[in-house]
Amino acid sequence: MINLFNYIDRPSPIHRLTGACKLVCLIAWSVAAMTSFYTPLLIFLTVASLVLFRVAKLKVKDISFMLGIMVVYIVMNNVLIFLFSPEHGTSIYGTRTVLFRIAGPYVVTAEQLFYHLNVILKNACTIPIVLLFVCTTNPSEFAASLNRIGVSYRISYAVALALRYIPDIQREYRDISLAQQARGTEMSKKASLVNRLKAASSILIPLILSSLDRIETISNAMELRGFGKGKNRTWYSGRKFSKMDILCMVVCLVLVILSLTLTYLNGGRYFNPFI
Amino acid sequence: MEKEAIISFENFGFQYTAQAEPTLYDINLKIRKGEKVLIAGPSGCGKSTLAHCINGLIPNSYPGKITGSLTVGGKNAQELGLFGLSKTVGTVLQDSDGQFIGLTVAEDIAFALENDCIPTKEMHEQVEKIAELVDVKQVLHHAPHEISGGQKQRVGLGGVMVNQVDVLLFDEPLANLDPATGKQAIVLIDEIQKRTGCAVVIIEHRLEDVLYRPVDRIVVMGEGRILYNDVPDQLLCGKLLQESGIREPLYVTALKYAGVKLTPEMRPSYLPELQLSENQKKQVLSWFAKQPPAEKKQQQEVLLQADNIDFTYEGGHHALRGISAVIHKGEMLSIVGTNGAGKSTFSKVICGFEKPQSGSLTLNGTDLSTMSIKERADHIGYVMQNPNQMISKTQIYDEVALGLRNRGVSEEEIRPRVEKTLKICGLYPFRHWPVSALSYGQKKRVTIASILVLEPEMILLDEPTAGQDLKHYTEIMDFLAELNRQGVTVVLITHDMHLMLEYTPRAIVFNAGKVIADKSAAEVLNSPQIVEAAHLKETSLYHLAQQCGIGDPEEFTRRFIARDREVRKHD
Repeated sequence: MINLFNYIDRPSPIHRLTGACKLVCLIAWSVAAMTSFYTPLLIFLTVASLVLFRVAKLKVKDISFMLGIMVVYIVMNNVLIFLFSPEHGTSIYGTRTVLFRIAGPYVVTAEQLFYHLNVILKNACTIPIVLLFVCTTNPSEFAASLNRIGVSYRISYAVALALRYIPDIQREYRDISLAQQARGTEMSKKASLVNRLKAASSILIPLILSSLDRIETISNAMELRGFGKGKNRTWYSGRKFSKMDILCMVVCLVLVILSLTLTYLNGGRYFNPFI
Repeated sequence: MEKEAIISFENFGFQYTAQAEPTLYDINLKIRKGEKVLIAGPSGCGKSTLAHCINGLIPNSYPGKITGSLTVGGKNAQELGLFGLSKTVGTVLQDSDGQFIGLTVAEDIAFALENDCIPTKEMHEQVEKIAELVDVKQVLHHAPHEISGGQKQRVGLGGVMVNQVDVLLFDEPLANLDPATGKQAIVLIDEIQKRTGCAVVIIEHRLEDVLYRPVDRIVVMGEGRILYNDVPDQLLCGKLLQESGIREPLYVTALKYAGVKLTPEMRPSYLPELQLSENQKKQVLSWFAKQPPAEKKQQQEVLLQADNIDFTYEGGHHALRGISAVIHKGEMLSIVGTNGAGKSTFSKVICGFEKPQSGSLTLNGTDLSTMSIKERADHIGYVMQNPNQMISKTQIYDEVALGLRNRGVSEEEIRPRVEKTLKICGLYPFRHWPVSALSYGQKKRVTIASILVLEPEMILLDEPTAGQDLKHYTEIMDFLAELNRQGVTVVLITHDMHLMLEYTPRAIVFNAGKVIADKSAAEVLNSPQIVEAAHLKETSLYHLAQQCGIGDPEEFTRRFIARDREVRKHD
């Protein structure tokens, strides 16, 4: 089965951090990466995120599906930037070093390539961290941590439940699809696009109906045990911050400050090697 | 002195907003502290509605009009509201998967405590204590899919007991459990009640299974009213159960057939204490002697042959270990075993949903391994347990026609075939109805019709009667038996022992990926080793036969079933 947003339980220092700490770090890390185009910082963050990935004992195989989507996203992003704004790099860095011409307005400049490098680096240093967070945070702790940083517990719990039911629904989808195939619904590439869409609807309708049944049961079960009664709730899996948690959060906040300082000292968001 | 009532209905009535008629009329019912009450009745009699009134889902989740009064713990239920009631009444729902909210056993038990803002440390201690009480301490950190159905139910019970409730309400606790686990659940409920002194209310139509441990009172409901509200022994002596479509314990029915006059003093509600005089035993013996011996069916040609099938799931779970079995043409047989014994995997292998790593499967002598799912479906139809998982069209006609349309059959040819199938399934009058207007049992028929229309030689049904009361059960099963008489081979995957005894002459028993028995249903259920390994339950007829000194309990069971089917057919 495809691993979408699943917790992968392995003994590692990253797994041991509390969910709330990891969430704070994730946010801080993303802010640091998003606000800056300071290339040395981005390179540092990218390398660091890959190291953290190793520390968490995650394997490429675990996340191959999501990694694929990420690569497609980065490629698309860059292609579109180039198509719509081939001179973007020139306007940012103020110089124009033509490497070669393609056709019409499409000219490849060193500035543009450098800009693309920065865009790729920004993706490459944040996306692994998001995956890292998703794969090392127990979903119930995830709810607890969302709640801890101020999100309403109802929403936090809803998000956690949705994540939790993904494997169940995947399984159900498979069962329904097999039963439909047995009745002759063609799901393979042999069928035309229209027929495949029709086939998909013949699976989605029963899937939605049975999910609605499931939702009714679970919401009754939750209310019967007092969910939604108070303004707050506590969490069985909630944990106090350890020294390590605090250290990590401090490091990530330092990164944000560093990123902002660099922007300030640099007199702009962009690190410019062309002047 | 009578104990004080913890739940008290007075001239209570309820009508759902969406319905034209009330569902409950004139309910007067008291449940006292520490009492154990069984509420029984056929589907649609209002027993679940009554339960929803007690736990507050009515009117919170299912709005409607309430008349009369309901007090719980001395307070008006409507004023207490859902959350207030949850402090007094703990509800264990029918679907032990659906009510598993937490990600692990511990979190699920803690759920109510979390909502009460109990500090984490204290919560951990309380969870530990409850886990010990319901005996799930070993699996505290397991996810729901890692534990058995029985354990899930224990967790469900633990999850409401953390509230220190005074009433435990069980909504059809046996519906999703295999017979042996159901038996354990009844024992557990009994023990918990004795230890905590809670009042226990069990909503269930499987009377005999609940009576495995004594109850104080049985309430029988029918069409929204209370028909009986007294001790069990009295009830079993009368005719009310049969009249209201609830199955009596089999031994009680057998005694009645034998002409034994039941009185409450004989204690008919609790088999271990049943008193039979020598004279009455003789009555049973002579009835047994008078019944014609049960017919044995002739062996037919082989339809499907499985040879040494081995299958391991991707994750490494070795589900089938060298399965060999034969299914004959025109047979009706059941495949039984615990959850995870391999029976569902076996059916998936037959349908081609999973490919076995070794072994062979032939149909009419042709190798199945080269056939696709779709090709196999022309010969073998598969009906899933939950009809909602199969139905994808809004109109009954379209749903039944789907398989033919997918196979490119012309509309002129489809019409007579669909109509013929709808007639066989008793759905012809509904052919222009939307599927959503049908009852669960009717939907089940639609799914069977949508498979039958492809004219398979064999149909394979996964738990066809799960959650059905006696009336719907009889309807579905008689329908399948009729199909079988018309020549369709019917294979049933089931937990239900009545079904197996009554309708299928042969049973294949799975255990831990192997076939451990392949013999008549009566033989299986009269063999203590097989019964234990397959998580089945001995029938009470076995015990009755022993008590009366009948040497061949199998034959007794067979003759009883033959007689019972005759009687019910004439009803």
